[in-house]
Amino acid sequence: MSTEQLPEHPEFLWRNPEPKSSYDAVIVGGGGHGLATAYYLAKNHGMTNIAVLEKGWLAGGNMARNTTIIRSNYLWDESAAIYEHALKLWEILPEELEYDFLFSQRGVMNLAHTLGDVRESIRRVGANKLNGVDAEWLDPQQIKELCPILNINDNIRYPVMGATYQPRAGIAKHDHVAWAFARKCDELGVDIIQNCEVTGFLKDGNRVTGVKTNQGTIHTEKVGLCAAGHSSVLAEMAGFKLPIQSHPLQALVSELHEPVHPTVVMSNHVHVYVSQAHKGELVMGAGVDSYNGYGQRGSFHVIEHQMAAAVELFPIFARAHVLRTWGGIVDTTLDASPIVGTTPVENMFVNCGWGTGGFKGTPAAGLTFAHTMATGTPHKLNKPFALERFETGALIDEHGAAAVAH
Amino acid sequence: MLLIPCPNCGSRDETEFHYGGQAHVPYPENPNDLSDVEWAEFLFYRENTKGIFAERWLHSTGCRQWFNMLRDTVTYDIQAVYPMGTPRPDVSVPAAAESGTASTDAESTTTGTSAPSISASSIAPAATPASTTAPKGATK
Ligand SMILES: Cc1cc2nc3c(=O)[nH]c(=O)nc-3n(C[C@H](O)[C@H](O)[C@H](O)COP(=O)(O)OP(=O)(O)OC[C@H]3O[C@@H](n4cnc5c(N)ncnc54)[C@H](O)[C@@H]3O)c2cc1C
Ligand SMILES: [Zn+2]
Repeated sequence: MSTEQLPEHPEFLWRNPEPKSSYDAVIVGGGGHGLATAYYLAKNHGMTNIAVLEKGWLAGGNMARNTTIIRSNYLWDESAAIYEHALKLWEILPEELEYDFLFSQRGVMNLAHTLGDVRESIRRVGANKLNGVDAEWLDPQQIKELCPILNINDNIRYPVMGATYQPRAGIAKHDHVAWAFARKCDELGVDIIQNCEVTGFLKDGNRVTGVKTNQGTIHTEKVGLCAAGHSSVLAEMAGFKLPIQSHPLQALVSELHEPVHPTVVMSNHVHVYVSQAHKGELVMGAGVDSYNGYGQRGSFHVIEHQMAAAVELFPIFARAHVLRTWGGIVDTTLDASPIVGTTPVENMFVNCGWGTGGFKGTPAAGLTFAHTMATGTPHKLNKPFALERFETGALIDEHGAAAVAH
Repeated sequence: MLLIPCPNCGSRDETEFHYGGQAHVPYPENPNDLSDVEWAEFLFYRENTKGIFAERWLHSTGCRQWFNMLRDTVTYDIQAVYPMGTPRPDVSVPAAAESGTASTDAESTTTGTSAPSISASSIAPAATPASTTAPKGATK
């Protein structure tokens, strides 16, 4: 747990090649999802003449800004299937990628503070069990045994009435995850091109044939958008719309502490989520800023709110200091579920809308999106998450299980 | 935190307001004629502008009136405030700065509307003093 050593960096991570004039496929966005997609395109589909284009530095977007919580206890069958597949991949990836990114299955609790919460949570535990996802309902005493620093007194504004618990859930070192994927991609021949911003698309009729970038034009037969907060900006360049709204979401860390927090605790109701990083920082997040925004920072009143909740739940944190805060731009949908699949533009595919919770989905997003890009058809796990659901009405409403209000 | 110039109450902290998303989205004139695609468009598709965005805000803990606002979603500068039901003012756009340079203090978001004022419903940044054509008058 918290005293574990960080893994040594392998000496060699990836090359920084010049972009070629053409590739079999181009992935826009070098975050976790873009890198995982490239990895599975190469590994599962033998497509190695491909490039990942990143406008900034590798994994400098949400990938390196998130609070790294990994779990699969979503409510609906479609979500449980894709997130649980992701969790199974997380369990084998350190070995497969030959890179220990400290995936720590220390369990995640989602607290219930009202009768409504309790009912929703117990229902979710039942739904999880039916879907083969490990889930338990804990009463306050059991919560206290697992996480002794949690305040279960009933004289606080929103007393802890119980929690769902997923023992196989946990956290991982997010930037190491990105580097692990990038290193393997590179080994398989994928070109990872940083400081390469996509500024437009080439089309032949309705078919995409290339991308314009600040490093020149690149021809390609397939484009996969993995640009998180900027997907709708890119879609507009390509001539279609996405039902996405971009919002700032922020996180913060304290200074280092002795190991005191053995699991991950989330509360949707009072709205804070807390884990203790491997080195010892308390890592915390809360809700999104209500307004649309592309600023990688968040509002101070959101921090105030989350700190009030944190101190009530964990009185021991009252004297901890905030060391750093930062924000990312998350791409939210109206049903709080991602959009993965084909687009109105031929040969262009989109993976977006993972909003506040896409880190946990990284391996499954990559695996299924690679399938869709390689074959032109949905994978059975991402099929329900197609853009068409907004027209058919087959929405996957995960607001309750998404754990970050938006 | 944004300092939002309510047209009725003057500048107040963002926490007093409620965000209402994109402005100027009319309810379909003939709902019965809409196809599924058009319904999807109306229900789920909104602009997600990177730059100047017309949006609605409700001053929930103040005058409890809705109004429209033009705000830059990159710098968070507030360019204009104008009543519901009036057209979007024509604000010539200064080049958006990159993210992380947002200025949300009083200097950058208002030009002298610290006192409640009903007529001061349009606010332009110093860079574009004469360029707004926001309608005057109270919100509906
Ligand atoms: C504060 C915070 C906390 C979070 N906590 C969690 C959590 O605990 N658990 C969880 O599961 N998820 C969490 N998330 C969500 C998660 O981080 C995202 O859903 C996920 O990272 C999105 O996929 P990605 O990694 O590919 O995105 P990103 O890493 O954002 O990748 C997108 C990339 O596209 C690039 N790009 C954009 N436009 C262009 C262009 N025109 N040309 C080239 N490149 C471009 C960007 O620079 C960026 O690097 C959190 C997010 C934030 C911000
Ligand atoms: Zn007011």
